[in-house]
Amino acid sequence: MAGSSVSVDLTQAMATAPVAAGDWLVVAPALITMLGGSLCLMLRKNTDLQPKVGIGFLGLLVLANLALLIRVLDHGVITMVMGSWLPPFGIAFTVDTLGAMLSLIGSVVAFCAGVFGAATIDSTGRRYGFYPFLLLLMTGVCGAFLTGDIFNLYVWFEVLLISSYGLLVLGNDRIQLDGAVKYGVLNLVGTNLFLIGTGMLYGIFGTLNMADLAQKVAALEDPASGTLATVAALYFLAFAMKAAAFPVNFWLPASYHTPNVVVSAVFAGLLTKVGVYALIRVFVLILPASRGYLSDVISLVAVATLLTGAFGALAQTEIRRLLGYLVIAGIGSMLAGIAVGSTLAISGAIFYAVHSIIVMTALYMAAGVMEMMGGSYDLRKLGGLYQKSAAFAAVFLVLAFAVSGLPPFSGFWPKVMLVDAAFSDGRSWLGAAILVSGFLTTLAMGRIWIFAFWRGGPEGTPDGQTAPVTAGTALSEAQLSGSAVWLPLGILTALVIYFGLQPEWMLELSTQGASGLVEPLGYLRSVFGVQG
Amino acid sequence: MRTIIFRTIAPFLTALMVLFSVFVLLRGHNEPGGGFIGGLIAASALAIFGIACGVASVRRAIYFHPMSVSAFGLFLGALAGVLSFFKGQAFMTSQWLIFDFFGVEIALSTPMVFDIGVYLVVVGAIGSIALALEEREID
Repeated sequence: MAGSSVSVDLTQAMATAPVAAGDWLVVAPALITMLGGSLCLMLRKNTDLQPKVGIGFLGLLVLANLALLIRVLDHGVITMVMGSWLPPFGIAFTVDTLGAMLSLIGSVVAFCAGVFGAATIDSTGRRYGFYPFLLLLMTGVCGAFLTGDIFNLYVWFEVLLISSYGLLVLGNDRIQLDGAVKYGVLNLVGTNLFLIGTGMLYGIFGTLNMADLAQKVAALEDPASGTLATVAALYFLAFAMKAAAFPVNFWLPASYHTPNVVVSAVFAGLLTKVGVYALIRVFVLILPASRGYLSDVISLVAVATLLTGAFGALAQTEIRRLLGYLVIAGIGSMLAGIAVGSTLAISGAIFYAVHSIIVMTALYMAAGVMEMMGGSYDLRKLGGLYQKSAAFAAVFLVLAFAVSGLPPFSGFWPKVMLVDAAFSDGRSWLGAAILVSGFLTTLAMGRIWIFAFWRGGPEGTPDGQTAPVTAGTALSEAQLSGSAVWLPLGILTALVIYFGLQPEWMLELSTQGASGLVEPLGYLRSVFGVQG
Repeated sequence: MRTIIFRTIAPFLTALMVLFSVFVLLRGHNEPGGGFIGGLIAASALAIFGIACGVASVRRAIYFHPMSVSAFGLFLGALAGVLSFFKGQAFMTSQWLIFDFFGVEIALSTPMVFDIGVYLVVVGAIGSIALALEEREID
């Protein structure tokens, strides 16, 4: 107890220097979402107030993340130790450019989803807890991006998984439970592998702090030893499951089309990317030698993932399933960057992750709008959407170009970086796979465009003729007339266009993020400078 | 389970268990106990009350929905860490208020507030699971 009379020198164990108020931004994202989530849970019955509170807190989250990113860019890597206990024993939140940037983009996407959800989630869904789950999901996502402790990373994974189960079964349909079982089982296995790997790492080094681990691994005589390679392989399998890489990708198309479309949008944007982030963090910062050891395996997995995703997308007629395969194809591109491992490749992977978060969320939202307009997610039943809204057709075209990696939109630049890095590393087949996958994606998106937008009506409508424009249901008309659908879609599309036309800012951030991982001096100094 | 003996005893047993759970919660800082185990005891008290007198009377007795109790616990736990902001210390750094209350040393602290938060989260979560299961059985 603090009142005891024995005097102990606490400076060895505790940070005694005052913490600047600005450094509290490090924990602000997790804190805001936790407070907001519990508040929304208490307001569960008040379905009118809930969206306002939820969206308000999500907006606050965006602001906090923006301030955090600005502070990281000004001051370098920031560390805050929980309860003032110093690392390696205390748990540290260490925020570098990579974490702050992904956290910001993630919160922008969540904000957009919160607004979109105000239109598409009915009062039953709100009472079942859409907003609390969304906010607590963001607690997990932001926590995972910002933490500097690998066990803590595991805990944030659990937080986001539990919230995602809740979102997945919102509404209790039979098909949702089916999807949730597949999603749940595979993620449980993945999380267990993650935990086993972490246990082994702790057994070897006696520490879980990422900066401390990176130091201790680098100091080893043989940093690519068999034991560490085992740990690295476990981590790779675990995170590849989260990221839905081949051959553990089947859960994604099996579950992502079952929940409400805005939930699919958040999942497609964020969840797999957290897996990729963890891969980048572990393999580039902590276990760089093992990454080199495994790079051929990762390359093969990347190629297989790229092709599975692209071919899978071509084979689907259900738009949400098709988009699910495109998420997988995108994961393949990011894995390719990790496999190559140069600063250029890693920054390409980071840029691609940012692009993919935005564009996949926007595409799922667009799929939701297509359903509201055409009454179905099935390409065979859709048609004539161009006539209904030319502006929406333009938005869809922008997103289709972006996801295929065509200029002048956000998908183009990271693909250029990744292909360039692959070729200059002598892995021309890897670069070729990225290009082939991009080409096939263009075809898949072209199919949606031709069937849903160009064709006059549902399947069987002759060329050149248009089926009479049918009025949608009262519900979908009401949803489409409000700004809650168009505002988030507009924000995300604007970001896609902005990052395509003005890539310098994003390029600089992702290069800074990547070089901070490849040469982690700033990261280490931030964690252990606290002691000085 | 609606025997007369059980129904007569259950309210007393529940009251005793809730009292004991608070005792376990408060002694938890330095001795075995704490929010989690205290919460479990309180949740089992609610479960016993539910078995004896029906879920509806439990819901009336605790007034708030168990999920709201849980949410309030989370809210309290998160807030407990924020107090150190005003002293320029890191998140979750413990703050103590020790004073003399008629010759007894009372120590109030943020870890205690956090522990009460944990207690409420556990009571709410386990309680709502238990009540949902019991309700299903009666229907």
